[in-house]
Amino acid sequence: MTIALYIVAFSALFASFIKSKQKTILSLKKAWKAFENILPQLFSILVIIGIILAILTPEQISVLMGNESGWFGVILAATIGSITLIPAFVAFPLASALLESGAGFMQIAAFISTLMMVGVVTSPVEIKYFGKKATIIRNVLALTFSLFVAFVMAVLM
Amino acid sequence: MNSLIKGVNRYKVFIVLVLINLIIFIINPDLGNKSAKITWSNTKVMVSIIPPVFILFGLLDVWVKRETMVKYLGEGSGFKGVILALFLGSAAAGPLYAAFPVAIILLKKGSRLFNVLIMLGAWSTTKIPLLLFELSVMGLKFTIIRLFLNLFGIIVIAYFTERILSKTEKQEIYNIAFNQK
Repeated sequence: MTIALYIVAFSALFASFIKSKQKTILSLKKAWKAFENILPQLFSILVIIGIILAILTPEQISVLMGNESGWFGVILAATIGSITLIPAFVAFPLASALLESGAGFMQIAAFISTLMMVGVVTSPVEIKYFGKKATIIRNVLALTFSLFVAFVMAVLM
Repeated sequence: MNSLIKGVNRYKVFIVLVLINLIIFIINPDLGNKSAKITWSNTKVMVSIIPPVFILFGLLDVWVKRETMVKYLGEGSGFKGVILALFLGSAAAGPLYAAFPVAIILLKKGSRLFNVLIMLGAWSTTKIPLLLFELSVMGLKFTIIRLFLNLFGIIVIAYFTERILSKTEKQEIYNIAFNQK
């Protein structure tokens, strides 16, 4: 999978370079800037994952967020996902580490979906641009939808 | 000197976490060791996956011409508008707060609110390079199911948000956009 990713990226880079050298250099600069931006959070989450997984046993994670935790685990995961501001880049490694250590797909799906769609911390910015009503409607719908995603994941995975 | 302070400031959470891990190691060497090992093995995985993802981020951001697409996002743009809005959001780089200024530009140029909301939804959930990243970390099945559910969800949420807002409330959103510099 990773090799395919490299092939796609470098083919695209090559095609871009043939079309325009300048644009390619600009795109690499943008890529570096975006990468550099998430680096502090990425490093932090990697250490957090290490500490969490060293301290909590898979059984304990399973009780909190495993398949048997049911809707309690889903609500817990959705709450964490709605409040925290973690870039998806950092969230996927965390999610995959939790899955390997006993968390359930339903709960992880709720976490990822709310993380991406519901923004409690970013809501002041959203209100500034879209007003209170639109922001509340969108976030409530997104939260409801995330619970639906969790439910479907539980059925399909 | 200034840039060094700025650098340390950005990494302060990371530095504190490393110190915590060190303290754990002093109190309980086994636990500290285990934690460091997990961190190291995850770091190796991340470092191997991340470079191509960011290369694609940069390329999409530079090559996708937002300006030319705006004119297809207005009232009556229908299905084509939805697809374009999804694509605009999915091809973007940057965090969600970087999406709001783009949304303002779209609104100013007369895009339908429904399409702007779709663009924002795609920006936060279906970025193309991120999907490739998700694919290698979470697996094919999870990624596909999440992608299809979220595409559907983005459109439904945008539709109802637009429907529930009254005409004056919508006009207010356009007014806010026009008052931004």
